[in-house]
Amino acid sequence: MQSIVEFQNIYKEYPGVVANNNVSFKILRQSIHAILGENGAGKSTLVKILYGHVKPDKGQILINSDLAIINSPTMAQSLGINMVFQHFSLFESLTVAENLILGMSEKISLGKLKLKSETICNKYGFNLNLNSPISSLSVGQRQSVEIVRSLLNNPKILIMDEPTSVLTPEEIIKLFKIIKKLVADGLTVIFISHKLEEIINLSDHVTIMRNGKVVSDLTTENENPESLGYKMLGYRVSKTKQTNNVNYSENVLSLNNISSYSQDPFTTNLNKINFNLKKGQIFGIAGVAGNGQKELMEILLNENDFEFSGDIIFKNININKLSTFQRKSLSISYVTEQRLGHSAVPEMSLSENILLSMSHKSDFKKGDFINFDRINSYANDVIKNFNVDTPSFNVKAGKLSGGNLQKFIIGREIMSNPELLILSQPTWGIDAGSEAFIKKSLIELSQRGVSIIIISHDLDELLEVCHNISVLYEGSLSKFLNVENIDITKLGKYMGGLFD
Amino acid sequence: MNIELIIGILNIVLISTTPLVFAGIGELVTEKSGVLNLGLEGLMLVGAVTGFITLVLTGNHFYSLFFSIISGVILSGIFAFLVLNLMTNQIATGLALTIFGIGLSAMLGKKFSGTPIEGLNPYYFITISFLLVFLVSYFLFKTKSGLIVRAVGENHNSAYALGYNVIKTRYMTIIFGGIMSSIAGFYISICYAPMWQEGMTAGRGWIALALVVFATWKPWRLLVGAYIFGGVAIMQMNLQAIGVKLPGQFFNMMPYLATIIVLVFISSNKLRLKLSAPASLNIPFEKNQ
Repeated sequence: MQSIVEFQNIYKEYPGVVANNNVSFKILRQSIHAILGENGAGKSTLVKILYGHVKPDKGQILINSDLAIINSPTMAQSLGINMVFQHFSLFESLTVAENLILGMSEKISLGKLKLKSETICNKYGFNLNLNSPISSLSVGQRQSVEIVRSLLNNPKILIMDEPTSVLTPEEIIKLFKIIKKLVADGLTVIFISHKLEEIINLSDHVTIMRNGKVVSDLTTENENPESLGYKMLGYRVSKTKQTNNVNYSENVLSLNNISSYSQDPFTTNLNKINFNLKKGQIFGIAGVAGNGQKELMEILLNENDFEFSGDIIFKNININKLSTFQRKSLSISYVTEQRLGHSAVPEMSLSENILLSMSHKSDFKKGDFINFDRINSYANDVIKNFNVDTPSFNVKAGKLSGGNLQKFIIGREIMSNPELLILSQPTWGIDAGSEAFIKKSLIELSQRGVSIIIISHDLDELLEVCHNISVLYEGSLSKFLNVENIDITKLGKYMGGLFD
Repeated sequence: MNIELIIGILNIVLISTTPLVFAGIGELVTEKSGVLNLGLEGLMLVGAVTGFITLVLTGNHFYSLFFSIISGVILSGIFAFLVLNLMTNQIATGLALTIFGIGLSAMLGKKFSGTPIEGLNPYYFITISFLLVFLVSYFLFKTKSGLIVRAVGENHNSAYALGYNVIKTRYMTIIFGGIMSSIAGFYISICYAPMWQEGMTAGRGWIALALVVFATWKPWRLLVGAYIFGGVAIMQMNLQAIGVKLPGQFFNMMPYLATIIVLVFISSNKLRLKLSAPASLNIPFEKNQ
């Protein structure tokens, strides 16, 4: 078969990091070509170069064996290259129709657009209401809008950047069917992912990238998830599994009938959330982003006086009205989703970042003066105990890699001896080594009797670490499932809102 | 009150409000694309003085309007270059533009202060202002170019990803805003006054800015708002005429007080503000190269 895209020695350097280091490989016409790699391996940079979004420092791209100059997304589109973005490029306050029109290079009347998009929707099984504003759509529907928008331009090559990261298992199956049909109809799909199973299931070829370089370029047929994982990481990751089966007795945290009533269409209101968390239990809250995770975290943290009804009981104390500071003093610790800017101040040193979260601890202060010796030694302990790769505690938090910073933040909270630890997306976007380390730390922590709540979109992570999992869907919480004998199809149904 | 008096008042409101409509509708388009230009007052003053000087020197109203517009294009072009290419802070740059415009117009106009000129009939511009609101509304909500402007103001990264030229779109809207402001200034010194006096726009640029928020970025509401604001300003004269004994300064502050009250009222409803405000307003756009 003939190659439709050929990368030749693509080189792209950002300050301090080489994102693409002489990347060369071919993509065959009418195939599904996966690009596999960890976060930061350079996959996104490479496809952004193909899409004209980023300019390479060196190297060239051949399209149909001809040298192509792609300086802008418009030029890419005229060559038949379209892209479905990881973080959607939709306009929230505009309608579906307006978003579709914006994606088209040619001018088109509303009537014609309707006809054209309906043809595509019927052919591939999308379901779109052209008049609804994007802000009212679920994440899966938003992705459908993105895909239909790309298809309206009759592309030859479709790039999909981590398209499954926001979907439920059922939506993923549906998406894969669509992708296969598109390829059968003549399209070439470039599929970016760091999920091994998906790549095995879907792709014909896979190019594996690590630290900006291509480490393997192979047909998928003869591979399995383990072999791909080894090639992606360069080492084998030992998996820890939550085995400990505590005899739960003591209630640590109870949420009773928590509901919220915000008028803001950008928030998802919670609907009668109930759960009890026992001592030493790890409770996972799964679900696709935007189903109330942010709001639940708001209520647990109480940073913004988010209004709600119901009661939060921590060890027989009603903490509804307590501020974040007061809750921390009761030995509840938090790790929020946003590492830089929420959990840590990027411009401040690691020791200073210790103080910001631990100011309720009296031994960090002498009167109103800061006890720097104490803070520095605390920071040192965190760095040592949690394998944080940094020359010293004076380094600014923003200089650390995602994985190292996350280890530091989680270490900071764990070392304060909490009785309850609440985490949101603890391993999102970090390297596999740090991820394994964090999971191990959490399991050990629970075995010491600390209760943990993990809010995460990553099912695999929850299945590995948690004792119980519930699913949050449009603000309602499903019944909890025991991880030990979990029924995955049921979990999938819960994620799609089919509670029993 | 008799009919003649009411018609007289309405007439004055019409004449005095028109510059607010021009400056406001220009700023509305600029802000719809995600750029906040606080330099309206400066742009208006420079437009006013340029038009005035040209008229004194040439005696031709057409040249006068033309050079007034050119001044708006140049100044807003500089503003656009600073905030779009050099990515300076929009608020600081806009304030600098206002301060610069106040100073420049005072310097240029010094010799011409008090020179008598032949004014222009304001009704042409009043008519155009209504037409303009209609055209801008049609452009923003019915044409693809208008949709692109809104998209750029809503999410510039997405717009860029789809292949739209964010910088170019914003240049256009900033310069459109500049032209509208300079026409507002021209109207004040040539039609409304007609004369030149230092600082003669008297804070109308600021009111026009408040007007855009008041209108929640909708052209027709902006028109209504402009006439409410204009009405408040005119009310002072009439209350004084009736003999209400309040110091003149109190009436002078009325439009600003109304602006503050309206701003507080509008921003108290976060939801309304969030749904209508362009999401990328005042956020600099940086291409990731």
